[in-house]
Amino acid sequence: MGLDHQTLVAFAKSWGLFYLIALAIGVLIYAFWPSNRKRFDRAKKSILDKDDRPGD
Amino acid sequence: MISALTLAERQLAIAVSLLLALCGLAMAIAGRDDLLGVHGAIVLLFGIGGIFLVLSKYFEPEPSDERLTRYYDDPTKVGIVLSLAWAVVGMFFGVWVAALLAWPDLTFDAGWASFGRIRPVHTSGVIFGFGGNALIATSFHVLQRTSRARLPDQFSPWFVLIGYNLFCVIAASGYLMGLTQSKEYAEPEWYADLWLVVVWVTYFLIYIRTLQRRKEPHIYVANWYYMAFILVVAVLHIVNNLALPISLGSAKSYTVYSGVQDAMVQWWYGHNAVAFFLTAGFLGMMYYYLPKRAGRPIFSYRLSIISFWGITFMYMWAGSHHLHYTALPQWVQTLGMTFSVVLLVPSWASAGNALATLNGAWHKVRDDATLRFMMVAAVFYGLSTFEGSFMAIRAVNSLSHYTDWTVGHVHAGALGWVAMITFGSIYALVPWMWKVKQIYSPKLVEVHFWLALSGTIIYVFAMWNSGIIQGLMWRTYNDSGTLAYSFIDSLVAMHPYYIARTVGGLLFLIGAIVASYNVWMTIRMARSQAPEHAAEADIPAGTALQPGE
Repeated sequence: MGLDHQTLVAFAKSWGLFYLIALAIGVLIYAFWPSNRKRFDRAKKSILDKDDRPGD
Repeated sequence: MISALTLAERQLAIAVSLLLALCGLAMAIAGRDDLLGVHGAIVLLFGIGGIFLVLSKYFEPEPSDERLTRYYDDPTKVGIVLSLAWAVVGMFFGVWVAALLAWPDLTFDAGWASFGRIRPVHTSGVIFGFGGNALIATSFHVLQRTSRARLPDQFSPWFVLIGYNLFCVIAASGYLMGLTQSKEYAEPEWYADLWLVVVWVTYFLIYIRTLQRRKEPHIYVANWYYMAFILVVAVLHIVNNLALPISLGSAKSYTVYSGVQDAMVQWWYGHNAVAFFLTAGFLGMMYYYLPKRAGRPIFSYRLSIISFWGITFMYMWAGSHHLHYTALPQWVQTLGMTFSVVLLVPSWASAGNALATLNGAWHKVRDDATLRFMMVAAVFYGLSTFEGSFMAIRAVNSLSHYTDWTVGHVHAGALGWVAMITFGSIYALVPWMWKVKQIYSPKLVEVHFWLALSGTIIYVFAMWNSGIIQGLMWRTYNDSGTLAYSFIDSLVAMHPYYIARTVGGLLFLIGAIVASYNVWMTIRMARSQAPEHAAEADIPAGTALQPGE
């Protein structure tokens, strides 16, 4: 197997960069996707419901 | 506690305790000529204790199905008490170890009281004992409330809580006997590590099983942080502790890594322990208890998601900044440095999100010491993450590394951020858990707040001063090109700061004792009151059936 230090370094420096950028873009899309807005608003307010009683 | 368990759960508890006792017996026999035998005896006692505890209440009537319409908070209550007990023990050892640096005779000529042995008792006591128990206790509470579902069963939370504390006891007693892997924050030996894996996997499964039963469509962000904490700590713990014992009858083991790989794995672990044990879990606490206490939703939910993933992606790469100017390849050092600097973005996003949530509730921060604990925690979180990014820069690190500046930085985070958010959360949680209107004495919370804040500031300023002086003295050359100061010169210069640090730590310890007293009196107060509003209590959505019923 030709898996030496240089190969690993090259892999880490290229694909490591790409997948982190891809993940970052993915997260931004998820966070700002318009239809998620309602869900997020509900989530952040629902923890404040009265004594977090069910059914509210 | 036991009478709330079903008959099947009581039997399971006895079976598991018996198994634990047998493991302890095997360890005690196999390690009879070794320190392992002592730990075997401790495990055996834990197992026997568990059996007797369950048997003493075994024939009590089973709980009614009515319990399934409520949240299961008994483990959270016990976890809070254990957390405060460890806080006092861990901080006591911290003050002792600080005093030892100013007055070295305080070992009283006892081997177990030497610096190298009581220092890990302090670090593990506060990080794992105090912090870990607080994380377990609060996570069970937050998980149930945000998913509006009861924990899936009543045995596994106890297994996690008590099993985790067994790990803490094994760790601390091992250090005093001189047992250590010599890996910072991962000192416990192989058998304790294996046990922790079992406990931790159970912990994660509780999380998954409860989330599966959730009545809330979206998983609230606090749970993401708690889950990242559990999952990543499991990965870190397993990888860093891969080791081979010299025999099954010996406590001693050797790591499978060697040389610079060992160092890199250790600091990949070490820095991520800071990131996922001391940051992610406590951010989970902050994202729930701070909005709850302030009565305002988090400023920006989107920002909390972005900063969550930012922290999760980037912290993984930052560990190599602990190894600047070592045999580690230069590019790996640069990688760690770069990610550490970029980490400032998601860190400040979280700190800013917390402070912006309080915008409009500053009168509450002024009047309510509990909320003030959380506010100060967010400020210190912002400060210490800025300092951390700064110190990770190679040139800055050349001055700060190996000096007390590092110690000061860690304590700005540990005292100012982790302990403050924990105390704030505990003060918010205790009245809810024991169903009383407010804590026994809000005045004592106020006293604790000022003790904690002044203790932290004295501590951090002492260490900043001594660290920078130390760093400068170690790199000052005279005209002939040799070092201007000997090591002992720098040590003498440190003496006043070490005394100041001990005083700061002592104030913080007194604060923790005040907190324990206050919580204890709240529990007594709750017990003396009639259970009046039992029906009004917070209960999970729908009647959740237990699996297997």
